[in-house]
Amino acid sequence: MNVVFGFKEFAFLLTGLKWTVLLSLIAFAGGGIMGLLVAVARTAQSAALRRAMILYIAVFQGTPLLMQLFVVYYGLGLVGIQLPAWAAVAIAFTLNASAFLGEIWRGAIQALPRGQTEAATALGLPLVSRLRDVILPQALRIAQPAAVGYAVQLIKGTSLAAIVGFIELARAGQIVSSQTFAPILVFGVVGAIYFSLCWPLSLYSARLEAKFAAAG
Amino acid sequence: MGYQMDFSVVFDHFPQLLWGCLGTLGLSFAGMILALVIGVLGVMARGSQIGWLRRLVIAFIEIIRNTPFLVQIFFLYFALPQLGLKLNPTVTAIIALGVNGGAYAIEIIRGGVQSIHRGQVEAGFALGLHKTQVFRLIVLKPALRAIYPSLTGQFIMLTLTSSICTSVAAYELTSVAQRIESDTFRSFEVYFTVTLLYLAISWMLMTAFAAISRQYFSYPTR
Repeated sequence: MNVVFGFKEFAFLLTGLKWTVLLSLIAFAGGGIMGLLVAVARTAQSAALRRAMILYIAVFQGTPLLMQLFVVYYGLGLVGIQLPAWAAVAIAFTLNASAFLGEIWRGAIQALPRGQTEAATALGLPLVSRLRDVILPQALRIAQPAAVGYAVQLIKGTSLAAIVGFIELARAGQIVSSQTFAPILVFGVVGAIYFSLCWPLSLYSARLEAKFAAAG
Repeated sequence: MGYQMDFSVVFDHFPQLLWGCLGTLGLSFAGMILALVIGVLGVMARGSQIGWLRRLVIAFIEIIRNTPFLVQIFFLYFALPQLGLKLNPTVTAIIALGVNGGAYAIEIIRGGVQSIHRGQVEAGFALGLHKTQVFRLIVLKPALRAIYPSLTGQFIMLTLTSSICTSVAAYELTSVAQRIESDTFRSFEVYFTVTLLYLAISWMLMTAFAAISRQYFSYPTR
């Protein structure tokens, strides 16, 4: 049976795209929030906590994303947590994002002048308010270019879910490719879809960076 | 009764895993060299007088940096034979790693070249050096020193990316691990160990790169 790459096949790629976008959004949001905890722990008073976080970050930045995916994917089953495939891969990407975004948040928080924290403390603001009303709004602005740049890495990274068999855009491409025997066309189209997702973000990140560089 | 961890499969297959590590290192080094070559050629083309060549390089960089490596390697895996290049998976993987790393290397090297003051190049020409000498001695070496940290960081990323080459069955650590896993069904034990091996590899590379930097780039600049 020889299938031609037509509308139905393209629609199948788009259902894969839906999962790519969803996975990226979940991992970015989850990783962003967890990353805040990582950044706070990374700069904590306790040396043990700081060292634990340095190790956590080193492991996620020093090993392949694919291995992290495998370990979490198979490891969750071992500790008795039965999750649907999308949740298992989403957890793996979230953990990875928490390490990378955590470092980006930390860089941004440490880029703020110390006086900001001191002034907020002098005003008698409690820790939560100090973070929420003074530090984070400014830090998130500084972190924007790097965070948007990481979003591109994350979107591309979700393609690895294809290797554990989860049907997102890349896996959908593999399936259509083996149905139509037109791998070059199919992977060309899949690449173009990823490109149309990532390129605007890359341009936006570069523009933000140029704007902040000009502002000083 | 829960799952019983059994790391003995890992010990039984340890020689194979170590060979896999060597495979990963070989694949990555070959990829790094190709990436460097593409990087240097790309920087020259990027700064050329010919408009379409410049635009071609920019398009290449943007396409590679904004699509996943997995899709790139699949594309090459099927496209290269169409061009009459029947290559084994490991060579295909090296080309994919080199092309991918090359796109990042062009931007990194270009940043370094731009950090060289124009007056130094002019001084080189005034001293009667040939164009290639000026490029090699006055532009390339100081530029290399400036970009060394980001370039070697990119090389470590390339080494980690090489695990994706398992998807075309290239010979490297991840594909060795997948074979052991499918023989023994000890997924977690195998992948956990292999993750540690990758961590050791990136640590080793970082240490080696730092040692090279101390050896060659620790001359005074003023």
